[in-house]
Amino acid sequence: MGAISVKSLTKTYGNGVEALRGVSFEVEQGEIFGLLGPNGAGKSTTVRILATLTQPGGGEAYVGGYNVVTDPAGVRRSIGYVAQASGVDPWGTGRENLMLQAHILRVPSDRARARVDELLEWVGLTEAANKLVNTYSGGMKRRLDIAMGLVHEPSILYLDEPTTGLDPETRAALWRDLDELRRDRKLTVLLTTHYLEEADRLCDRLAIVDHGKVVVEGTPNELKAAIRGDTVTLEVAGASEPAAAALRELDVVYEVIPNGTSVVANVASGAAAIPQLVTALERAGIEIEEVTLSRPSLDDVYLQYTGHRFDAGEAAPEGMGR
Amino acid sequence: MKHFIADTYHLLIRHIRTTLRIPVWIFVTLTQPVIWLALYGQLFRRVVEIPGFESDSYIQFLTPGVVIMTAFFGSAWAGMGIIEDLRGGVLDRMLATPVSRSALIASRVLHAGLTVSVQSIIILILGIILGADIPGGLGGALAILLLAALLGAGFSAISNGVALLTRREETLIAVINFFGMPLVFLSTAFMASELMPNWIRFVARGNPVNWAVNGARDAMLGQHWSDVWAYGLLLAAFVLIAGFFSTQAFRMYQRSA
Repeated sequence: MGAISVKSLTKTYGNGVEALRGVSFEVEQGEIFGLLGPNGAGKSTTVRILATLTQPGGGEAYVGGYNVVTDPAGVRRSIGYVAQASGVDPWGTGRENLMLQAHILRVPSDRARARVDELLEWVGLTEAANKLVNTYSGGMKRRLDIAMGLVHEPSILYLDEPTTGLDPETRAALWRDLDELRRDRKLTVLLTTHYLEEADRLCDRLAIVDHGKVVVEGTPNELKAAIRGDTVTLEVAGASEPAAAALRELDVVYEVIPNGTSVVANVASGAAAIPQLVTALERAGIEIEEVTLSRPSLDDVYLQYTGHRFDAGEAAPEGMGR
Repeated sequence: MKHFIADTYHLLIRHIRTTLRIPVWIFVTLTQPVIWLALYGQLFRRVVEIPGFESDSYIQFLTPGVVIMTAFFGSAWAGMGIIEDLRGGVLDRMLATPVSRSALIASRVLHAGLTVSVQSIIILILGIILGADIPGGLGGALAILLLAALLGAGFSAISNGVALLTRREETLIAVINFFGMPLVFLSTAFMASELMPNWIRFVARGNPVNWAVNGARDAMLGQHWSDVWAYGLLLAAFVLIAGFFSTQAFRMYQRSA
């Protein structure tokens, strides 16, 4: 069994919201595994079940070999949990937060101080260690969060939307930190994100989650390779359905997906296909406003499997049902 | 059990630290009793002239009432802290660790009992400065602290329970506003029992605030010690029931989260 093993998890909240409709995936020891999807897709609910914070409606999950429902204590000892909401005490200093966390995670008192010093150094908070957390910047708070999750040297770390709400610079810095983490500590990381580039950059493997289900799973490259050829996006005036119908007639086109005012076409070779696509649409009397050609990205993978473009803010925020 | 005690201790330290780091809280805690004692002491000064009033010094009568009232209101707001933890993700972060669940509640209840004791000492000293007397001596003063701490522990447990069930500051504020003043006025905090309408005197018998006020007043005067003990036992039972309520509320929170 992998480090994390999830089988057909379901969860329906009290207000009838079906957050999960059968989520399954396996995370191997030592890999960074991503759950990618928009808000409300079920990522946070999955992580909360795996952190023993909420009970699944059905299905099974094992973390570090412990069943999340029947052996929550075993799970809690094995994991570091860095939640979406910061979870650090704003009225404590960085060091106080870490010391308390070390204590409740059963780090022996004689080890705790050295461990906390080492972590403060590692996340670059040694100088701010004795300042109250409510004076920290967003990036400092996030680094403290991660240190909190690592204080007991867990074998598995959950990072729930680690870079949400951070400015691009801080995000890039955090990505570098996470790279370092992977290199130095070889721990298993379960990461949720609604940033495609983040999943692409950090994850060894990932699962795309949409409406409470895993729609596809694989390495970023496998997923991108599964999309043949190039992607041509045509912005059209008016509805995209008739344009999609016109393009489907062409032999060079593998697949066409209408998406709002644009049509996305998969073709063998973009450069060769574009004249044909344009001609076909002109013949159908459809005005083209813009044509873009791109190599497949995770965004295209996402579109292919879910039938809609990735829009991080599309669904209701997760946690509304709680 | 070993973890329960150690976790309670570490969490208690955190709560105390937080309290001491909010200067407004310390300011209000120190000045509010002065206002209560000075203002009500002046406003109702001549109440003692009503025939049948049991005391001839209103400040003497009022001091134990203000001690208990402060304990009651101070602890009734205790749930705000757990809502803040819940909102900020602190509670979830802790629940994802092996921390003793009972310690999460126990540390807050103990913290309420402790702050209430400190406040009570301040009010007693103020009362003495303003002219009250403690014929009950050191034993009487300690009994007052104990009764206030018990009441504070009980109401902080209820407040935490309500906070966990509703998870909203607004609801907790509404509940406290609804029950707060009535519970104080359905006690002998401001008015002697002999002068109360019968129905109020009857209702007051089941009011923990009234138990604490009556017990504290007897202890202060050093009289009716068996009554003081009885009120103490009643309050201890109240703490147990309130504690049971809050742990059940905690279970429900974890189940429904």
